[in-house]
Amino acid sequence: MAPAAAAPYVEFDAFTKSFDTGGGVVTAVSEMSFELERGEFLAIVGPSGCGKSTLLMALAGLTQPTSGQVRVGGEAVLKPYTDLGIVFQSAELLPWRTALQNVLLQAEIRKAPKAESDARARELLARVGLKGFEGRYPDELSGGMRQRVALCRALLHDPEILVMDEPFGALDALTRDQIQIDLQRLWMERRKTVVFVTHSIDEAVFLADRVLVFSPRPARIAAEFRVPLDRPRHLSARAGSVFTDLVGEIRGVFETLGVLSEEAK
Amino acid sequence: MSPTQEKNAARRAPSAHGSGGAPAAPRRRGRFLESKVADWVLPGVLVVALVALWQAIVSFGGVEEYVLPAPLDVLDKMFGDFGTFAEQSVPTIVAIFVGFALAVAVALPIAVAMVYSEIVRRAVYPLLIIAQVVPKVAVAPLFIIWFGFGQLPKVLMVALICFFPIVIDSLVGFRAARPESLMLVRSMGAGRWQAFWKIRWPWALPSIFAGVKVGITLAVVGAVVAEFVGADKGLGVLLITARGDMDSLTVFASIAWLTVIGFVLFLVVEVLERVLVPGRKSGRTFEASGSL
Repeated sequence: MAPAAAAPYVEFDAFTKSFDTGGGVVTAVSEMSFELERGEFLAIVGPSGCGKSTLLMALAGLTQPTSGQVRVGGEAVLKPYTDLGIVFQSAELLPWRTALQNVLLQAEIRKAPKAESDARARELLARVGLKGFEGRYPDELSGGMRQRVALCRALLHDPEILVMDEPFGALDALTRDQIQIDLQRLWMERRKTVVFVTHSIDEAVFLADRVLVFSPRPARIAAEFRVPLDRPRHLSARAGSVFTDLVGEIRGVFETLGVLSEEAK
Repeated sequence: MSPTQEKNAARRAPSAHGSGGAPAAPRRRGRFLESKVADWVLPGVLVVALVALWQAIVSFGGVEEYVLPAPLDVLDKMFGDFGTFAEQSVPTIVAIFVGFALAVAVALPIAVAMVYSEIVRRAVYPLLIIAQVVPKVAVAPLFIIWFGFGQLPKVLMVALICFFPIVIDSLVGFRAARPESLMLVRSMGAGRWQAFWKIRWPWALPSIFAGVKVGITLAVVGAVVAEFVGADKGLGVLLITARGDMDSLTVFASIAWLTVIGFVLFLVVEVLERVLVPGRKSGRTFEASGSL
């Protein structure tokens, strides 16, 4: 029987994370609850240090909540959850491996069949415009290309969930535009569940189905917006009133939170 | 930037940043200085010039042989008495080799244990420092008392003297892996074993080799010191005996052969590094960063 369409796939349930910094306990995320449907593209925007990355690492099972739970498909995540791909802000490519070998790390660790993985890795690299660059080492690639390699590595095993932690934050504006379009195309082909953390309101609105706005630490959900834009979205959509109004509204939330201010502090 | 534009940018990148470790020399220095040949020719010319000066001082300055033998005579001695030197080299080289291997075999597991266990790290680290601060040359006579005049005290002295740089640099190397890389492979389902071999070990290799290179040169020192203090055979024994006889020619020839041995061992390590460090074969370098 097919699951009901609205059944939550990923659930953060009263998620709390505190760190003992030595100088006292700091609560990064407090009692946070939200859900994602399967195949949903969720963006999280919030100020620096508000615990966004902590949520992603908890979803990946790489850190455990102090209290509360993360569930995927109804089951609590208690150990590294492997049906998932991660892209960090820095591409985290291994410098002694070529682009292709970096993508294939995913297959080696999982002991996936070699020939099959190799073909899929090459296909993925070609799909993000890196055909002919398979044998290049990371220091021979531009920042945008490295991030594309990282994306291919995260997608090699065709995971159900893609976790992206400010993946394009270090790229220049033009490269960033292009890679956003590429990501949207890839996402539309497979409709994976994506949690995308970013500092950029524009990027969040352009890419996501839904945007969560986090408050400063301890993080809570300050606002939630659905993005009523059709797909595929074109760069020109960013000039339209739907886009600009939504971006303005989110910026307004940050002003209310005191994160953004016109006055000198 | 479109993918095509990016490709063009990346094609230009290697010339702009230098694909290896060394930055490209400015144009005006000319082609010779940029070539690999210069790395051999320049020091070669300097060495020949210095040796020629040495020969001239001895030949025309009337210096007695027991004070400073002429380089050509030293060369003549080195190969004229090749049999003796070769025979005496064997125990020295064996001691260097076994002692060095022992140091590596002990240092690497200790470094790994220190990386994975905070208790081990905090317990062992002060001991390492103390062991390094103790003047090992002063301990050598004790080794003779305990282990006699054979190979064992030499091997232990070599191991002791080259242990410290190897263990410290290995420790830095094993801690060089980025936490994000380790998290990444854990999310791929990697256990500790896989995370170690796929991430930590390759990250550590450049740093381990930095320590091993320092270690191998110190190993020669360790063997000679041990032979000075007391041994029945070896190049160091030959040297110290010749000194007693005021036979400076043999002293110089022994030093020259020890230098050759040290240099060859260093080159062997360099070759090993090229073979073992991933990405090095193609002349690529990456630096392990990290500190204690």
